[in-house]
Amino acid sequence: MMQVSKLTDLYGREGLSPGHTACQGCGATIAVRQVLLAAEPPYIVVSPTGCLEVVSSQYPYTSWRVPWVHVAFENAAAVASGVEAALRALEKKGLGKRQKVIVIAGDGGTFDIGFQALSGAFERGHNLLYICYDNEAYMNTGIQRSAATPLGATTTTTPTGKLEMKKDITSILVAHGSPYVATASPHLWKDLANKVRKAQSKEGPTFLHIVAPCPRGWYFDSHLTIKVAKLAVETRIFPIYEVEHGRYRINYPVPRPRPIEEYLKLQNRFAHLLKPENAHILEAFKQWVESRWNHLLKMAEAFPL
Amino acid sequence: MYNLKTARLMTGNDAAAYAVKQSDVDFISAYPITPQTIIVERLSEYVASGELHAEFVATESEHSALSACVGASLAGARAFTSTSSQGLALMHEILYVASGLRCPIVMAIVNRALSAPLNIHGDHSDVMGSRDAGWIQIFAENPQEVYHYLIQSFRLAEHPDVLLPVGVNLDGFTVSHSSEPVEVLEDSVVKEYLPRNERPRLDYYSPATFGAFALPTHYFEFKVEQDKTLRKAGEVLDEVAAHYPSPEGRLRKIDKFNEDGRIAVIIMGGTTGTLRYAIKSLRFRDFSLISLKLFSPFPSRELVEAVSDADAVVVMDRSMSPGAPLHPLASNVATSLYEAGVSVNLISVVYGLGGREPTIKMVLEMFEKVREIARGGGKRLSRLFLGYQGDGL
Amino acid sequence: MRQQPSMLIPIVFEAGNSAQRSMANWRSNKPIIERNQCTNCLICWIFCPEPAIFMDESGNVQIDYEHCKGCGICAEECPRKAIKMVMESV
Ligand SMILES: Cc1ncc(C[n+]2csc(CCOP(=O)(O)OP(=O)(O)O)c2C)c(N)n1
Ligand code: SF4
Ligand code: SF4
Ligand code: SF4
Repeated sequence: MMQVSKLTDLYGREGLSPGHTACQGCGATIAVRQVLLAAEPPYIVVSPTGCLEVVSSQYPYTSWRVPWVHVAFENAAAVASGVEAALRALEKKGLGKRQKVIVIAGDGGTFDIGFQALSGAFERGHNLLYICYDNEAYMNTGIQRSAATPLGATTTTTPTGKLEMKKDITSILVAHGSPYVATASPHLWKDLANKVRKAQSKEGPTFLHIVAPCPRGWYFDSHLTIKVAKLAVETRIFPIYEVEHGRYRINYPVPRPRPIEEYLKLQNRFAHLLKPENAHILEAFKQWVESRWNHLLKMAEAFPL
Repeated sequence: MYNLKTARLMTGNDAAAYAVKQSDVDFISAYPITPQTIIVERLSEYVASGELHAEFVATESEHSALSACVGASLAGARAFTSTSSQGLALMHEILYVASGLRCPIVMAIVNRALSAPLNIHGDHSDVMGSRDAGWIQIFAENPQEVYHYLIQSFRLAEHPDVLLPVGVNLDGFTVSHSSEPVEVLEDSVVKEYLPRNERPRLDYYSPATFGAFALPTHYFEFKVEQDKTLRKAGEVLDEVAAHYPSPEGRLRKIDKFNEDGRIAVIIMGGTTGTLRYAIKSLRFRDFSLISLKLFSPFPSRELVEAVSDADAVVVMDRSMSPGAPLHPLASNVATSLYEAGVSVNLISVVYGLGGREPTIKMVLEMFEKVREIARGGGKRLSRLFLGYQGDGL
Repeated sequence: MRQQPSMLIPIVFEAGNSAQRSMANWRSNKPIIERNQCTNCLICWIFCPEPAIFMDESGNVQIDYEHCKGCGICAEECPRKAIKMVMESV
């Protein structure tokens, strides 16, 4: 596996063309671009329904410079299973060649409606890299809550703020026995790129969870996307780590976390959390961040990579 | 009648699995459901023993099974799946994608009633619930036909002028689980009959986008084009069948029996045999029987030709369209007749729901009743139930 | 080599053809690179969502104004503050 160490290692490997219709400053698109810049060919991309699909594939146009397929919302992992197994069969029969398979899906297509297909594909052990760009809601249909929406965030279906915590998707995939599960942020492009390559180098189903700030649905100015991603990491809200065969490593330790309020106040979806009457929700949010971070520290200590 | 050297005792499900094996599929994904289960069990045995070189993916649901077939098909593989009833209903969303993305997937549909109430027995409610999904739909009457029609389905589906998925329907239990001698072809003969055609596929070295979305500016054209292609598939079917190495096994759109009968009965699937027996052995020579092998695209012309002179036309539906003016098959027949300007005495019969298979006695009673209606003359529509224990018949 | 089938099928064979579309009218602010400030480090490029930033033949980082939507991320993230966002003239 070729390590990525500088931007010129990635330049010229573009998998996504401009002329897509993502909102200005779309974090998901930045993440996807970075994934494709890093990915080792030959590969085929599968996406479910969602923002990425809609902004990139309006017939007769496509922004995909690589082979890409969209079938429906809840089945990207199943479609990918089919592509992967079919290519394996065709190669054995001399009718084709194996190519890697990468799923790039939103959080709705991963945490919620696509969860069964995802679990099935991981349990069956298909050779694929599943990437979730997490914009923490159903953005394509107009910012409705998903299982990835954090506590307190307003969406169009949680007008007074979500009451439940974010689902811990990475732990669930670790529990499937995946050889490689990791998180990444587009502001740490080198870490992200090398994680894509590492995941691709493994046999079996691997998972990469990427924070994808969404100016539209998180209500912040479009120039702040990378800042928001950075703050998510530096407040410990979105920890950057990897789990290889059940062994943990925190890739970006945050010894002195920035105050959580700094992250929240940039985004209008959290506006009400900073009001005095909602102090208890803010407290619960902070506790959630702390307990997850501590859990991660313990895992990294007990099962170090 | 049977060549004992080449005939084997098989159920409809065995025959399906055997045909799929000989068709050298590359990819199978399926989820078990009664009465389809045996097909996927047999196929996984064939794969495990190395008799069939394919990937068998036992998915976690039918929705995923068909989704995986779509992925496999777009990757260039010859893909097969099979289901029944609730499984087909769960696939519903992806049925439309498979045809819209022009995936030549073949599926054996072992017809079974839909819940509620839950019922594992045969009727056509499952496939009729999917009749507008843009698939080619074929109905087999017995295990022998299941065998022949499945093999021809692969060639039809993959024909460059078609590229559409095909469903081969067999009645749950009465066909899927009944054994009879089935004549099979040599492996090499089947292989030769099913050449590999190039078609667009997912490939890094020739990148294309599959499954783009279409705005109102394009969607309409795609759908009309798809409909045209499906209609044209009827002609391709004749060509595909004409090349089939077993002349008796060639798929014809309709199969006629006792053509001179004045009362025409139209039916699909396993119950055909019961009616044929009744007409032949019990001297209902005034009845002719039309067994429809192709439901979609609907062979209107052939059907009208066959029944336009009849004193009465009986259409046997093994499913209902609740609240609709007519049930699915009768509705298609009535429309075909109307379009041809033929007005007849039409009798719509619903039978066999939830596995209430008509007995000979029930059929005879129905025939008597139908004769009475036919004698009454006129061009009207009558509705009967066969075997319903309320006040239908 | 594959053939395009005779009938209309919803496949786009021209990979990446959305680049033929201009996004210029999405923009209300326009990034301008201050040439003498820029070190051609490509940081702005890796964070551009489109991408609408490229390196020209002489190795200079440039904005592709046909596709830039004016989000301002490049200006925000440039370590040399070499990019200014200026209002588009109407
Ligand atoms: C079965 C089904 N249910 C609902 C929808 C409507 N729908 C399309 S995209 C979407 C949300 C996508 O959310 P996510 O996966 O988070 O991706 P995002 O749009 O945020 O990128 C929904 C609800 C659908 N297409 N299919
Ligand atoms: S809504 Fe959010 S995720 Fe969707 S295109 Fe816009 S910025 Fe990107
Ligand atoms: S980030 Fe700034 S210095 Fe670096 S290439 Fe872009 S404009 Fe030049
Ligand atoms: S303003 Fe946004 S779209 Fe334009 S070049 Fe800069 S980062 Fe790219």
